[in-house]
Amino acid sequence: MSETLIAPDVVEAVSAGSEPIINDLTIHVATVNGSGSQSSNNVLMRSIFQMGVPVSGKNMFPSNIAGLPTWFTIRANKDGWIGRKKEVDLMVCMNAQTAREDVEALSAGALCIYDAPLNCKGIRNDVVFFEVPFAKLAADLSEDSKLRKLLTNMVYVGIVAELLGIDREEIVAALGKQFKGKQKAINANVAAIDKGIAYAKESLPSQNKWRVERMNATQGKIIIDGNAAAAIGSVFGGVTVVTWYPITPSSSLCESIIDYAKQTRIEEDGRATFAVVQAEDELAAVGMVLGAGWAGARSMTSTAGPGISLMAEFVGLGYFAELPGVIWDIQRVGPSTGLPTRTAQGDVNQVAYLSHGDTQHIVLIPSSVAECFDFAIEALDLAEEFQTPVFVLSDLDLGMNNWMSDPFEYPTKPIKRGKVLTAEKLTELQGKWGRYDDIDGDGVPWRTLPGTDHPFASYFTRGSGHDAQARYSERPQDYKDTVDRLAKKYETAKLFVPKPVVDIREGARIGFIAFGTTTWALEESRDQLRREHGVETSYFRLRALPFTQELNDFVASHDRIYVVEQNRDGQMADMIRLEVGEDQHKLRKILHYTGLPCDARTITDAILEMEASAAEGSPLMLVRAEVRVATIPTSVVSGFAGARETRAED
Amino acid sequence: MAESTLKIGTGEAIKENRLGLKPADYQGGKSTLCAACGHDAVSNQIVRAFFEMSVKAEKVAKFSGIGCSSKTPAYFLQRSHGFNSVHGRMPAVATGAMLANHTLKAIGVSGDGDTASIGLGQFMHMVRRNVPIIYIIENNGVYGLTKGQFSATADEGSKLKTGVINEMPPMDLCGLAVELGCGFVARGFAGDPKQMVNILKAAIAHDGMSVIDVISPCVTFNNHEGSTKGYTYSKEHQELLHQIGFVPEYEEITVDYEPGTVREVTLHDGSRIVLKKLEEDYDPSDPVQALQRLHRATEAGEMLTGLVHLRPEKKNFIQMLNVVDEPLGQLPLSRTRPSREALEKIMQDLM
Repeated sequence: MSETLIAPDVVEAVSAGSEPIINDLTIHVATVNGSGSQSSNNVLMRSIFQMGVPVSGKNMFPSNIAGLPTWFTIRANKDGWIGRKKEVDLMVCMNAQTAREDVEALSAGALCIYDAPLNCKGIRNDVVFFEVPFAKLAADLSEDSKLRKLLTNMVYVGIVAELLGIDREEIVAALGKQFKGKQKAINANVAAIDKGIAYAKESLPSQNKWRVERMNATQGKIIIDGNAAAAIGSVFGGVTVVTWYPITPSSSLCESIIDYAKQTRIEEDGRATFAVVQAEDELAAVGMVLGAGWAGARSMTSTAGPGISLMAEFVGLGYFAELPGVIWDIQRVGPSTGLPTRTAQGDVNQVAYLSHGDTQHIVLIPSSVAECFDFAIEALDLAEEFQTPVFVLSDLDLGMNNWMSDPFEYPTKPIKRGKVLTAEKLTELQGKWGRYDDIDGDGVPWRTLPGTDHPFASYFTRGSGHDAQARYSERPQDYKDTVDRLAKKYETAKLFVPKPVVDIREGARIGFIAFGTTTWALEESRDQLRREHGVETSYFRLRALPFTQELNDFVASHDRIYVVEQNRDGQMADMIRLEVGEDQHKLRKILHYTGLPCDARTITDAILEMEASAAEGSPLMLVRAEVRVATIPTSVVSGFAGARETRAED
Repeated sequence: MAESTLKIGTGEAIKENRLGLKPADYQGGKSTLCAACGHDAVSNQIVRAFFEMSVKAEKVAKFSGIGCSSKTPAYFLQRSHGFNSVHGRMPAVATGAMLANHTLKAIGVSGDGDTASIGLGQFMHMVRRNVPIIYIIENNGVYGLTKGQFSATADEGSKLKTGVINEMPPMDLCGLAVELGCGFVARGFAGDPKQMVNILKAAIAHDGMSVIDVISPCVTFNNHEGSTKGYTYSKEHQELLHQIGFVPEYEEITVDYEPGTVREVTLHDGSRIVLKKLEEDYDPSDPVQALQRLHRATEAGEMLTGLVHLRPEKKNFIQMLNVVDEPLGQLPLSRTRPSREALEKIMQDLM
């Protein structure tokens, strides 16, 4: 047995006698970027998943190819709460650069496996340490030093498995999946894992505080990241033109489209029913999308904040000249380059009103990988139906992390291609039509596609002023008519965008509004409030812009509305404030913007604090609080990792 | 000055083309440019070239960026869809449109500001991709619509109306196109309509990107004493690489010539470009010779016109993408939505 220094009371806490916590823990692995730990972490996550335990994996990585610190967090939770949890139960320290900080951030009683030379046990005495001589264990695994380094990381999978009770057979199966049946690689990795298992058995103390046991909550489920889900949705949504410029965290979306389209969209003669173009920049990418949309393709691009900024001019053209196209924004932390590999919801205002002049855009906001799939199709439909750029607002947490989901259902709804006049129809109309003529009264005019074989099919598209016949015009009335009709079109869109998901609990006086990935922390926080404090809350999960009447109704029917989002300013809350008029005094903001996904406990703590301040006995306090809220809404700002958490109430 | 064109066939103007259409069917709206603007002369030759080549206007898509030149697609081929996009970004829009429907015949009109400054990046990448489009730069050395500032193609030493002298070297868009591997590079002059129409016809027949830099004088802001892109100066300094003749694929005309005096280049569709050498035997398939000749012309203050570079066999962007024959934008759902089994297989792999 290796020498471990553990405080006696901690030993007691983790040794046999007490009841273990089953299928509810967070594993945090600290490694060096580029050391191959991603495979190890995926295998670990997948083996827990295969044991039937709900699980999620979040990669916190640097903007770097190799050398900088990276972390991977696996959360297993029997109740299905797979949003981020900030408390770490089992730490794996493999990186000398961060070992001290990683250990210091642990809660008392946590477990910590560490690479022997890091000598973590000296850092504190209220954590259970497991020292492992990884280099020694990996020494005879391979002659090749590079491969040996990769295999070293597989050794900790064996250690963790043995300590937690994860079945070896599930690890082997997960390896098969990870290495896609490449037997040589599988064998080498199994040997590494067995080294870990054997070492833990022979030389480490056992622990009984956290255990992973078989259950049956993942049967038939898939694991996928949001970008891949969006790619599959796009491919099955009939996208034909995809253009992109590489940018973290969106690159994998279009790269996945290439993979899936090659699998499914090549005809027998080897020819493709799609075109994917890597553009020279985001301006060109969105220009191609709009040109393709104009000429009749279902077209899309994906990018992140900096790309959205560059696309601003073209998106205004798309709005004003009425060109279809889908733009995925996989949000990362801004402003400017910001934190390219961290998550945020900071592009809300930007995409809602992108470009100069009066503009407003349709925005879809998926919360889950399943919604990434669904909204990919929906966005292509809406873009063509409304002849306008449509945004899909995802984020790094959703796009790049691994999520458990029910398999995606094959789309059965017919796709919508919008109002397009054919040559036959033009003959019927005797050539009388106007490109921007609102003959249906819904703000959406008819269009023709270039190449339509009719002498009156053509019209001239321009970003300058135009009349209903698409003629150049600077007449005041023509301009006003055009932008008023565009506003009407946006009104019409309210009837077609995805409805919010509303959960109204009887007697609940508090209502939550959230969107996107915040929902994972929020649903868990509601559960905490219910179980720990007996507080029932209602929840309105926003899924699209424009806002719909349901939003006003929800705000009206609750006393206090907490808008929870992952940006500094409460961008969505401010938009909602403008929308709900006199009910705006009910709104409060809970803002999480550290670059890490929001977690449930932070929300719960914030609510409790804000509720306490609102209800401090006297009615006068209440009134005062509400007046203050009406001018400057209360914000609770939370930071990352308990120790560094800061809160500011303004 | 030698005649810039080579007489082929009878040379008689036709009144009706092979589609039974008249020149009027190819007209556009009334121009709003200044009287005698070089751009209008180019528009006229575009009308003539498409009419004489019997291209159905409904199958043409017109693109432009922003500026005086970019207004012109409204002044020709009224039956074609047109797209006046944003400044310098026409290449992206046109590329997207061609991806959606590669059966269209694309023509883009840009200016020296639109292409050589704000749009230089997009222009270069479009050339590199070899997107099938006729890309015309109506080059006058100044920004006309904003009232006469220098552009990046202004010649060294040329003078603005205000007396300001340009001291920077001009950007040679033909040279740039050659450098980037363009398979069809030409320079024309708005004041030489016969040469222009032959270049345009050849460009229509070419199955790839053709870059046509047309010196197109701005009569209002760059046609004075000291201008190097005005009518008088250009006429005096035009230097011909060769005489150009064009034989469309549907005409079986043989050209009589003395051996060694003429080069023929056959285009993808079988039509032929006939080049009669003048002072030297210029090989338009040689990019190095092209660049040398262009540099020499700039140094000598010549306005070199003709077919600078021809490599019609190059694969175009649509061919590289290996897409189906039908326009992608018009494929039925049965061809763009994979089967239920395909989704099930993907899901199975993710379990």
